[in-house]
Amino acid sequence: MDLFENDATGIAALVRSKSVSAVEVATTYLARAERLNGLLGAFILLNQEVINQARKIDDKISKGIDVGPLAGVPVAVKDLLCTKDIRTTAASKILENFVPPYSATVVERLEAKGAVLLGKTNLDEFAMGSSNETSAFGVCRNPWNREYVPGGSSGGSAVAVASRMCPLAIGTDTGGSIRQPASYCGVVGLKPTYGRVSRYGIIAYASSLDQAGPMTLTVRDAALALEVIGGPDLRDSTCSQIEVPRFSENISPKMRGLKIGIPRQFFQSGLNGEIERVVRNAEDLLKEAGAELMEVDLPLTDVAVATYYLLATSEASSNLSRYDGVRYGLRADFTKSPAKTLEEFYARTRSEGFGEEVKRRIILGTYALSSGYYDAYFKKAGQVRRLIRDEFLNVFEQCDVIMGPVTAILPFKIGEKVSDPLAMYLNDVYTTSANLAGIPGLSVPAGMTEQGFPVGIQLLAPHFEEQRLFNVATAIEAAAGMKGRLPDVIR
Amino acid sequence: MISREIIESAARLARLKLTEAEVVHFSGQLAAVMEAFAKISKINTDGIEPLVTPTDLSQRLRDDRVEPWSSVDQALAQSPERSGNLFKVPPVI
Repeated sequence: MDLFENDATGIAALVRSKSVSAVEVATTYLARAERLNGLLGAFILLNQEVINQARKIDDKISKGIDVGPLAGVPVAVKDLLCTKDIRTTAASKILENFVPPYSATVVERLEAKGAVLLGKTNLDEFAMGSSNETSAFGVCRNPWNREYVPGGSSGGSAVAVASRMCPLAIGTDTGGSIRQPASYCGVVGLKPTYGRVSRYGIIAYASSLDQAGPMTLTVRDAALALEVIGGPDLRDSTCSQIEVPRFSENISPKMRGLKIGIPRQFFQSGLNGEIERVVRNAEDLLKEAGAELMEVDLPLTDVAVATYYLLATSEASSNLSRYDGVRYGLRADFTKSPAKTLEEFYARTRSEGFGEEVKRRIILGTYALSSGYYDAYFKKAGQVRRLIRDEFLNVFEQCDVIMGPVTAILPFKIGEKVSDPLAMYLNDVYTTSANLAGIPGLSVPAGMTEQGFPVGIQLLAPHFEEQRLFNVATAIEAAAGMKGRLPDVIR
Repeated sequence: MISREIIESAARLARLKLTEAEVVHFSGQLAAVMEAFAKISKINTDGIEPLVTPTDLSQRLRDDRVEPWSSVDQALAQSPERSGNLFKVPPVI
């Protein structure tokens, strides 16, 4: 077996047992990433320091020091998470030269448990997009067919793992940005419960919805990674104080007696037939394994996208007001024609620094928050959000886990939907409600389309019940036969 | 319905300077978006408190204590222009 076919747990075991050195691992993956990145555009930056980091891991191991469960695992981190002394761009021109003086908690925790930083991955600008096409640093391509989008916004992280440039990547999910690209690229993607993972050092898009999570080759890796990155952090006041259980040691694929809810509203018109086939097939697999399947109702599914976009863009318009050209980031050139007012100083810098989708969302959010429209849009969306959360809480009185599709449509061609933002937004129909409700969601590869694209299945659980997701996903993983499938481009 | 006046007013509030082409482009696109989003008005939300954060969190307080931070120079180095320990901006006021 080639080294790169291992998952993160496997790599760490090899390094810990000294079967292979961390330097050897880092060298192998860095070379792979350098070779493949030109084809796929997964990374904005490759970290040459990764070899030195790996050397330190080897030194510690040779001295008998326990370096942690991610010993020598090369990790790709979405370029939305701050990395001390390493450029962090959010895929935006406005942060093109930004070098953070500190690291995100997630990054610190990965490194504290033995992981080494392979690089920073491509994304939609400020995580605003579902196709990775809004990045200021070029498109990222789906390894299963390079003319197609990898999904987004964590497209680069999904591609890096799917093409075995690294066994573990970190993404963020505000409305589906981990689960959707995970599904499109054939990797496991977890959006944890809101508050499970610290947002400290993660460049904010919509603060009440943003959550970072792992993108991996296997379910056990996702469980392990959540143990490492999750848990209380005083530097994020919305981070929960609930301690993280040992998920990876408690995975049980026993399905007997488990109640799985299938929301009727997830299978209405607009759902691609091949995606439906994969979900129905997984239902059969779980039924055979002893799970009890039941239809449930989530009638507000229909308004989740509207509710999400009104709230997310409102929060974004506020969060992104910090990019003003004063303390950090881009400043427009005023040498030839000086700004006459402070407003003009801000406006020229911001208009030059932000891309089209970011401007569109800032305008939508500013409108939803503005006097005369606030009650009808921002306040109303907040009220509907409560109803959506309560609807999930009620359904979880009847079942343990909810299962359904991740997306309504298959990966589309690069450029195909760029001019139709509404169509792009509507593809988030099954993912946004988990962010609104704050519940955890996971996408696990469960089948292939005739065209050769992987299809993921979405699992949802009550707040802080990620263990249930890992259990059911492991059962699907074992039965679906998707493990170890490699896209041709990377062979 | 989103008119060009609304786009221009929101852009002004958001400190964005749009080109004429962008104004036209955005008003068309956002008109379609808002038309699709209008359906939330049909949901009955009488007496419902808006949900601002999805999990039940209580406010945590930490001690108000000064902690040394060693990266002042590094932070200032991120500024487009600095003067000693100050951020420098062009004369705009």
